[in-house]
Amino acid sequence: MKLVRIKAMAIKETLQVWRDPFSLLIALLMPLMQMLLLGYGLSLDIKHLPVCVYDREASQDSQALLKRFQASVYFNIVEGADNYRDIATSLDRGICVLAVVIPPDFTERLNDSGVSTVQAIVDATDTNTANIAMGYAQAVVGGFSTDAQISATDARGRPLQFIQPVDVESRVWFNETLESRDFIIPGVIALIMALVGAQLTSLTVSREWERGTMELLVSTPVSPMEVMFGKLAPYFLIGLLDAAFCLVFGVFWFDVPFRGTVSTLFVATSLFLVVILGIGYLISVKIKSQVGAAQIGLLVTLLPTALLSGYTFPIDQMPPPVQAITYLVFARYYVTALKALFLKGSGILDLAPQLLAMAAYAAVIAFLASRAFRKNLD
Amino acid sequence: MSARVVQDAPISAENLVKRFGAFTAVDHISFRIARGEIVGFLGPNGAGKSTTIRMLCGLLRPTEGRATVAGFDILREPERVREHIGYMSQKFSLYGDLTVNENLRFFGGIYRVSRDVLPERMRFAVEMAGLSGRENELVSSLAGGWKQRLALGCSILHRPPILFLDEPTSGVDPESRRRFWDLIHAMSDDGVSVLVSTHYMDEAEYCNRIALIDRGRLVALDSPAVLKQRSLGGALLLIECDPIGIAIASLPKAPGVREVAAFGNALHVLVDDADAAIAALPSLLSGQGVKTERIERIAPTIEDIFVQLVGAVRPERA
Repeated sequence: MKLVRIKAMAIKETLQVWRDPFSLLIALLMPLMQMLLLGYGLSLDIKHLPVCVYDREASQDSQALLKRFQASVYFNIVEGADNYRDIATSLDRGICVLAVVIPPDFTERLNDSGVSTVQAIVDATDTNTANIAMGYAQAVVGGFSTDAQISATDARGRPLQFIQPVDVESRVWFNETLESRDFIIPGVIALIMALVGAQLTSLTVSREWERGTMELLVSTPVSPMEVMFGKLAPYFLIGLLDAAFCLVFGVFWFDVPFRGTVSTLFVATSLFLVVILGIGYLISVKIKSQVGAAQIGLLVTLLPTALLSGYTFPIDQMPPPVQAITYLVFARYYVTALKALFLKGSGILDLAPQLLAMAAYAAVIAFLASRAFRKNLD
Repeated sequence: MSARVVQDAPISAENLVKRFGAFTAVDHISFRIARGEIVGFLGPNGAGKSTTIRMLCGLLRPTEGRATVAGFDILREPERVREHIGYMSQKFSLYGDLTVNENLRFFGGIYRVSRDVLPERMRFAVEMAGLSGRENELVSSLAGGWKQRLALGCSILHRPPILFLDEPTSGVDPESRRRFWDLIHAMSDDGVSVLVSTHYMDEAEYCNRIALIDRGRLVALDSPAVLKQRSLGGALLLIECDPIGIAIASLPKAPGVREVAAFGNALHVLVDDADAAIAALPSLLSGQGVKTERIERIAPTIEDIFVQLVGAVRPERA
């Protein structure tokens, strides 16, 4: 391998990317677009759920309960209905996700027996949201009943000797405010690396085939290894630049904490890039058309990264066979490492399993890629 | 073949065969090319010229046979071969999105031309291509002739002793073609062996030797003069007449006529005896209602040779 050939190749490749508007767009604009799109658009927090209320009693107590719904950050009362039909319509039209119906004898039963019920109707087309909404609704009603109990006991003039039930005092670590953005943004970096890396490299060899420059390249004494290193070096740098951009943008724009060290992030990102670029290059060597190569590139890098890396969908909630598959998805290790780096501040030793897994992947892919390019036209 | 002979011949091919499935593109071709020699591969499209050149450059693996280029076996040491050759492919294959200088610098790097001589060689290539002052223009914006000469410039940056040029002048205007051949002759004077393919018959006259190739076979290999002298066992007549169609149909049956071929709006007719034919043929043609406007003896061109030779070998292969 001769450095002068690798250098010539790398310079040529850089010039080509620089002069190709499409590549430039992917390299420079795509990370910003993805950051904004996913940072703002994708939130798994359930807040300000639209709620419909049908207060059939309209008493002080019923209003007090509803005020608690309104006061909660999780709910937002958007409509007051007068009948069940309106509720059904609102749910159908998606105006609200949850409907709360207070019966006409709410206060009466509360005073008589101390037990009263309210009805909650939830739109369960999205079961996850429905479950969470029900949980929140129960918490709001629960809070109301505790207070009602206390004031009732008070009113009867008994001394306030309230037996404190066992209470869990939970503390959330690593993402104290339970902001979903804080764990989405680190994952977005993996997504952007996969997208940019695969898109750019999948074009690099197929471009030579399509434009007919391959014929001349093959006739020169350049070795397959020199071709690979020379071609991938610029994309490796672009990948690192994009990662740095994502880090800065995530921390300073989205206020995502970064508790790890930049050097560990660099190691993890480099390994991930080697795998992604290697795969892109392999595809590019095998598929001689640019369009085909780009599509297959997306299929094998972006899709598993988006779906099976645990970036949005928690791996431990997947069915066991799918969970087993995720061990094969190299992005899984990078996403785990990224989240740990950003939120936990894990060091390089804590992440050894992930880094080693990626290193093993990188070694295999690099080996395959280095052998893929054959210097003949047969 | 002994090692010494191989060293004497920069290019040596022995029974090269290339098959693509059932199709035989190159059928047992053997030849040797000496130092400083220009050999032209001549033949119709699809005859196997490009395939042979590509095998010698290491782009395609021969199905059978062997060849050495610059003393290196094309199968065992393809990289050593590639260090010693310059190649210009049929299709333009420089980088259109790079400038003239960027292309030259790229190939300079790939061929590991030392930094001391690269600027001077780049300047030489630019001047040779007639691109002085346009070094920073994108190659895609250049016209055909300039592109071809730049491609030649790129392929000789490392001063290879052997050049493979695959239809270097196709689609180039006549003036550019002539300039291109001047360059090739200059290089041959410097001892560079050149194997050049073309389907322009007139270009064959510029070569030291001509290899006539038809349907994968080497039909003849000799200097233009020897070929003309040896191949045609008779005299060649040019006949301009009207209507030409009837003449083509009836002339082959005339006594003393061996071969008839249409050349543009005239006929080239190979006869046993020129004087007898010039005397007899006009009256024979007028009997068929054909008016002879011109009939004279001419010197044969390479194209005549080609028609004659290919016509001669066809029955043998059928």
